[in-house]
Amino acid sequence: MSSSILAHYPYRPDSYDELFGEDGVRPHWQEFLDHIDESSADTLKLRAAQLSRGIQQNGVTYNVYADPRGTDRPWSVDLLPLILPADEWRGISAAITQRARLLNALLGDLYGAQTTLSEGLLPPELVYGHKGFLWPCSGLKPPGGAYLHLYAADLARSPDGRWWVIADRTQSPSGAGYALENRQLVSRAFPDLFRDMQVRSLSGFFRGLQRSLANQAPTDGEPPLTVLLTPGPFNETYFEHVYLARNMGFPLVEGQDLTVRNDTVFLKTVSGLKRVHAILRRLDDDFCDPVELRADSALGVPGLLGAVRAGRVLVANALGSGLLESAALPGFLPGICRHLLGEEIAMPSVATWWCGEEPARKEVLENLRSLVIKPTFPGGGNEVIFGDQLAEDQFDEVTRRIEAEPSAFVAQELVKLSRAPAWGGGQRRKLLTRSMGLRVYAAITPEGYNVLPGGLARVAGVDNTRILTMQKGGSSKDTWVLSDGPVASFSLLNNNIRVGDLIEETGTLSSRLAENLFWCGRYGERCDAVARLARLALSRLSEGRRSERAGALTMMLELAAGAGLIESRVGSLPIAKAELDLFRAVLDRRSDSGLAANLQRLMWCATQAREHLSLDHWHALKRLSSELEAARATVTDVSALLEFLDGALTTFVSLSGFAMDNMTRDTGWRLHIVGRRVERLDYLARTLARFLRAYGDINGPLQRELAVEALLELCDSIITYRTRYRAQPELLPALHMLTTDDGNPHALAFQVRMASNYLARFEADEKVDLGVAELEASFAAIRAFPWGRLEAVCPALERVDASQQLAGLFDRLGSAGRTLSDRLAMRFFSHVGQTGQATFAA
Amino acid sequence: MTRSAAYTILHETEYAPCGVPVSLAQHLLHLIPRELPWQSRESGRIVVEPDLAHLTEGEDAFGNPVAWLSLDTPHDGLLVRAESHVTVMSRELPDPEDSPPWETVRDSLRYHPEPRDADSLDALRYLYASPRVPCSAALAAFAGQAFKPGVPVLAGAQALMALIFETFTFDAKATEVNTPVHEVLLRKRGVCQDFAHLMIAALRSAGLPARYMSGYLLTDPPPGKPRLIGADASHAWVAVWCPHNGWVEYDPTNGIQPDLRHVTLGWGRDFQDVSPLRGVILGGLAQAPEVRVTVMPDAEQGEPV
Repeated sequence: MSSSILAHYPYRPDSYDELFGEDGVRPHWQEFLDHIDESSADTLKLRAAQLSRGIQQNGVTYNVYADPRGTDRPWSVDLLPLILPADEWRGISAAITQRARLLNALLGDLYGAQTTLSEGLLPPELVYGHKGFLWPCSGLKPPGGAYLHLYAADLARSPDGRWWVIADRTQSPSGAGYALENRQLVSRAFPDLFRDMQVRSLSGFFRGLQRSLANQAPTDGEPPLTVLLTPGPFNETYFEHVYLARNMGFPLVEGQDLTVRNDTVFLKTVSGLKRVHAILRRLDDDFCDPVELRADSALGVPGLLGAVRAGRVLVANALGSGLLESAALPGFLPGICRHLLGEEIAMPSVATWWCGEEPARKEVLENLRSLVIKPTFPGGGNEVIFGDQLAEDQFDEVTRRIEAEPSAFVAQELVKLSRAPAWGGGQRRKLLTRSMGLRVYAAITPEGYNVLPGGLARVAGVDNTRILTMQKGGSSKDTWVLSDGPVASFSLLNNNIRVGDLIEETGTLSSRLAENLFWCGRYGERCDAVARLARLALSRLSEGRRSERAGALTMMLELAAGAGLIESRVGSLPIAKAELDLFRAVLDRRSDSGLAANLQRLMWCATQAREHLSLDHWHALKRLSSELEAARATVTDVSALLEFLDGALTTFVSLSGFAMDNMTRDTGWRLHIVGRRVERLDYLARTLARFLRAYGDINGPLQRELAVEALLELCDSIITYRTRYRAQPELLPALHMLTTDDGNPHALAFQVRMASNYLARFEADEKVDLGVAELEASFAAIRAFPWGRLEAVCPALERVDASQQLAGLFDRLGSAGRTLSDRLAMRFFSHVGQTGQATFAA
Repeated sequence: MTRSAAYTILHETEYAPCGVPVSLAQHLLHLIPRELPWQSRESGRIVVEPDLAHLTEGEDAFGNPVAWLSLDTPHDGLLVRAESHVTVMSRELPDPEDSPPWETVRDSLRYHPEPRDADSLDALRYLYASPRVPCSAALAAFAGQAFKPGVPVLAGAQALMALIFETFTFDAKATEVNTPVHEVLLRKRGVCQDFAHLMIAALRSAGLPARYMSGYLLTDPPPGKPRLIGADASHAWVAVWCPHNGWVEYDPTNGIQPDLRHVTLGWGRDFQDVSPLRGVILGGLAQAPEVRVTVMPDAEQGEPV
């Protein structure tokens, strides 16, 4: 052993070891190994730490159980890549290209003439009995005869070093985005090595796919618009959908963002309906159109199949391509390959028996102990049975099930997976080995199939030698394919965007995303206001009703009642009851106007708009949300609740900071900011009106002063007031400051100015009346109000009358703000009303 | 002498006006009767009110005539009206005893890596579980009451039809459009669609191909009463495959083999493939549409109602 790190290498001669063979270290690993050997333990530790930090920073996650509450788990990638030499890769690449061509041709046959069935090359049950055979797609010919735009194969290497295909992914293969992300992370850990070893670049793989989609899409001469269709944020690989959409510059859309009119697909955007020419889908095909496919799908696009049939849109992969995901298929492929391509299949599948064939069933039952049993069709429970692990009674049970329904089962030879070196972590330089499989990808290009020179290597958890899954403690690896000749020097580290890749503005903001960003703004601001009010009311409450500061308390309770946080009989409400109400308003979601309820709404909108928010923004929200969960159990007294509210307010302030600093100034951002301004305007106008109406009932100048002070505090303007007036708070200057001072971000004037600025632009661009004129007019009326009538020198009756009038003006302004919000929603967010969708069969 | 009967059929499906407009509708219609050796279609036409919808006509994967309807102009209410004229001719019924044992038919459909003729390949499309038709050991056991060992396949089918007709009760209130077959088997009640699905499920569970037939049945008005417009309904029955005779039809709801009183719209694996109207509607009050069917023998036309 030439390398000291290999001194304790856990080589197992019973499996193929990727690094180490009978003759020692395999040559293509030598350079990498030397490098590791020369690096100190500290350096390697540092790199491993950088790697995990990179995962965190890039927000790479894998939603483990597609949990709606969002138990995102960080992605896991090993420091050490899998390394494959050039000549070996040539074989893999050629075999995968052939297989992609074969499967594409098979889809064409099965949705066309079905010669493979009439020739007896494939059992009809594997087609007619497969839920993935979409009958309404029979006879449909996709543009260019391309059914399979993106294909993936799961490969494994047997002890003799040969590669086998374990499974084919034809529906909408996942993982290529993670492979690109792995490359970024791992190549950064070994930049020099990566260059010196001439590792082939991954860039360009998706560019090829992009070009194919653009070329094949029926465009009628328009510049092609391609969208990436996702089932939504709860899908386990949603991170990848976001990643790929960004990488390729495709708008990320859900079914409800698309609509079909006259056999043409449109994206609902803030600037109206935009024709979609191609759809790269991550939604399973049977969910894609409730009219003709699964009627219970709420994720699809009604009428999509009609648009496909009319040749008005390209869907990739073609609808119906999930048909080839059957564990039974590989056994029949060699014959089909001869028939359809006139070629021998290049890479064998692992030996497969479909129990629906009588001779196969007999053989399987005789050799059950040495086989792996899988369901024939996907979706029927993903249980995989290892014959050698069955107890006696389980063995009989499995035998019985196979005999009762033979065609539902497939047996495969058990492949002993190869083992790859993995980073041991910890303090010392230590290598481990893990069982490994490789997912490789092929994408169609105008020049034919192109295989990604790399792939997603998946390694099993510690003791698992058989199942590779990211759900059960597994990890992943970058895959380095070495090049024979020199790699074009510019593409070596080309994970960067080049000048030609620059995109100025995405332009197509979907209405759903716009709506969610707008409401993120509104709910964010509302949470802030509610938390502030609850905090102030609680701290005044703790001072007691009979204290000399009763004026402030009464006013706070009045405002809290007006905001729906406590019961409205303020005068007679016992303090204990008010306190209980406030606890509920903060922590209990059932309190509809409270913090917990509004935070939940905020979270919902943020989830929907997640691809547009910065990672910090998202993390801050998630943290707050879990803090609230925790507080529900632990907070029992006022001081703990106040502490929680302090923390929450800090978060809300940073959220609004993220919005100002970290979001791109596009249409979505403008709508988000308008949402914030409109919400604050509405809240403030209501607060001021309520304040004025309650103010007259407070007796004594001192108590009134305290009420005004509380108002200033509530509006976060007490410091500004003190600096400016250096006097005790009085009604007139305080109101004036909260109203007409447009330098104060907590004043009405500021909200009006900002909202008008942004919305006037929308009004001009889109030629619509959103109500900006009425907003400005109602604010002008406040400005023009004879403020002198509120001066302390005026007669009391005069002042009461003036207060009432001013309160009325605040009402009008608030209502103008709400109209604006409604009109925005009507104009930008919904192109077909707010009514529900129903599916019928009659 | 060939007997025949001519009919005018009206099939109306209506989302009644309710004050909330239908803003978008996408539907798939199986409302035009299929042309068959024993059924000729003189005319078949779909009219949509309001006249704002796009209609595209075509053929589905099973060879049935279909129309796709799409409406994207908001409108309060939506009426789909299909009117067709057909002539049905009588068919010679095969001798059930003169058909191969059912096991022979079943075994001939098992997979062998050899070429297969078009007829039996077509039959295989209707052999497996489909969205509304499960296959199970319980259903196979139910079929076993009719398909005793060695029984000719058509005699077995006849016996299975008789079994359902005699031991099950027609009860429009017992089931809904989505009641699963196993529940029908347990409760022994249902409507034509349930009995058709049950019979198909039993046949397929026994390894025999069976089609879901969608269409209409001529009903007689009560003695002395005029025929009421809209009082009829869609009907469903079953076709079984026999290598000698092709597809032979059975109506388990009425215990008869269809002849001049059955008008065929089309067929598929189950209701879902050929439901007269299915689709998605945005707007309205999410109320299920009202369906009115009239099957009028042409001989009656012009007679005072």
